[in-house]
Amino acid sequence: MTEWVLWLYIFALAAFVGYQVISGVPPLLHTPLMSATNAISGISLVGSLVTAGADYNLTSSLLGLVAVTCATINVVGGFLITDRMLKLFKKRGDHRS
Amino acid sequence: MTTSFIELAYFIASLLFILGLRDLRSPETGRRGVRLAELAMLIAIAATLLHNHLIRYDWIIAGVLTGSTIGITMAIFIPMAKMPERIALSHSFGGLAAALVGVSEYSRHAGALAPGKMAAIGFEVMLGALTFTGSLMAFGKLQGMITERPLTHRFQNALNVILIAGTGAAIVYLISNPADQTLFYAMLGMSFFLGILVVLPIGGADMPVVISLLNSFAGLAAAATGFALSNSVLIVCGALDGASGFFLSIVMSKAMNRSFSNILFGAFGQESESANEVSRAAHRSLLSATIGDALVVLGNAHSVIVVPGFGMAAAHAQHAVRELADLLEQRGVTVKYAIHPVAGRMPGHMNVLLAEANIAYDHLYDIEAINDEFAGTDVALVVGANDVVNPAAKTDPQSPIYGMPVLNAEQARSVIVLKRSMNPGFAKIENELFTRPNAMMLFGDAKETLTQLVRALKEQR
Repeated sequence: MTEWVLWLYIFALAAFVGYQVISGVPPLLHTPLMSATNAISGISLVGSLVTAGADYNLTSSLLGLVAVTCATINVVGGFLITDRMLKLFKKRGDHRS
Repeated sequence: MTTSFIELAYFIASLLFILGLRDLRSPETGRRGVRLAELAMLIAIAATLLHNHLIRYDWIIAGVLTGSTIGITMAIFIPMAKMPERIALSHSFGGLAAALVGVSEYSRHAGALAPGKMAAIGFEVMLGALTFTGSLMAFGKLQGMITERPLTHRFQNALNVILIAGTGAAIVYLISNPADQTLFYAMLGMSFFLGILVVLPIGGADMPVVISLLNSFAGLAAAATGFALSNSVLIVCGALDGASGFFLSIVMSKAMNRSFSNILFGAFGQESESANEVSRAAHRSLLSATIGDALVVLGNAHSVIVVPGFGMAAAHAQHAVRELADLLEQRGVTVKYAIHPVAGRMPGHMNVLLAEANIAYDHLYDIEAINDEFAGTDVALVVGANDVVNPAAKTDPQSPIYGMPVLNAEQARSVIVLKRSMNPGFAKIENELFTRPNAMMLFGDAKETLTQLVRALKEQR
């Protein structure tokens, strides 16, 4: 089996599992969900890291620098803000002193 | 040895990401889910730093420092009401990162790419580039820098189809002729242009669907990056993000009873033909109520359902809503909140704002859970919502929103509508709810009106 077929399997199965898992998220949490998956897709940082740090040539390094910056904004900012949002959701009785 | 270690780390990270997302099923476990996903991210990044191609760290450190500073600043200072803008911006960052990595891969191998890899890079660059410009357009519209009205021109759909076909054909040609650099960069340019053209004609009320679709594209771009770099964790996370965006897009378009193609190519929200003269005449006879009138109605109520909409977000009125609800609850009134899936500018927008105002989430109800309760409720308090409470969606087959699930606010004994002005709502559709005999209109800034109501209620005691 060629390698890319294997990648296709991984992609299809992950998309399927993802859809199943995510369809269980209630509308209440749809904004945090989007914010969280956004942070997770900042995983493109791992691709950008190699581009920025492999010293292929100056163009690659510069493109990599911008890509690393963008991906880091999503990872760091995305997780922080998702947590900040989730902290707001309180049950009855939780918030009255 | 290192390679299999990195692969193992990626595998563990992938599992943790999925487990983390599963924890978002409930607000009680949500924060644990974020912790798991953060741990996964840390593992994946740490493993990547061991990659044997990595030889210099100065660019990396510069990028990570700049990105962290911007990311942290945004996360701390951005108000919850600006969440749609922030999400749109971060989709554009995600798209740009994917596109740039693709361009770098292409330029580095300059023409010597195997067909599979060229296809992956082609999709990565196309999806990344159009997500980048499309999300920037969405951001501009949300910010009010670009008009929220759909901008259309006569050849718009034809032009879009030509661009889509052109980009697709370019990728197909590049697969067998990867050395054609001019075509590659032309394809990149067309993709940037496509993102602008597709989002520009979409109206503000359709933003929840657009943001969800862009979320999906950003995910697919990340997955394509994974194919191009043969990186498993990128493929898995891209697939998760893509699936999440796709799921939310479906939820949103169902809540509007419209298809994707109708939203993307329909330029909804232009002057509606069906806004007939009768309802226009009815509007002229519409009288606005006073705070005193509303006070009498609220004073006699035992149950109130609040229906928030984009107007509440625009006026930052969520805290005032909560003050009013607290006062009413002290008088023994039950207060519930009815949340329509497309109220606001992104999925879940209203829930986050109400949670920010310290309203307990078990007071917030989805449309299915609460729609039968309006009939037995004394007051429906509509705060800056319009199309989602338009009864025409149920009764008037001529209405552009006919068939869309709406909240049955008109069935409450009295309906108090807080509205900025008599201009029809975003979709330019007349709302006959406002002219019903049981409805009273309070015109003005929602926050100010609510504050006046709160003050008057306090004085009454």
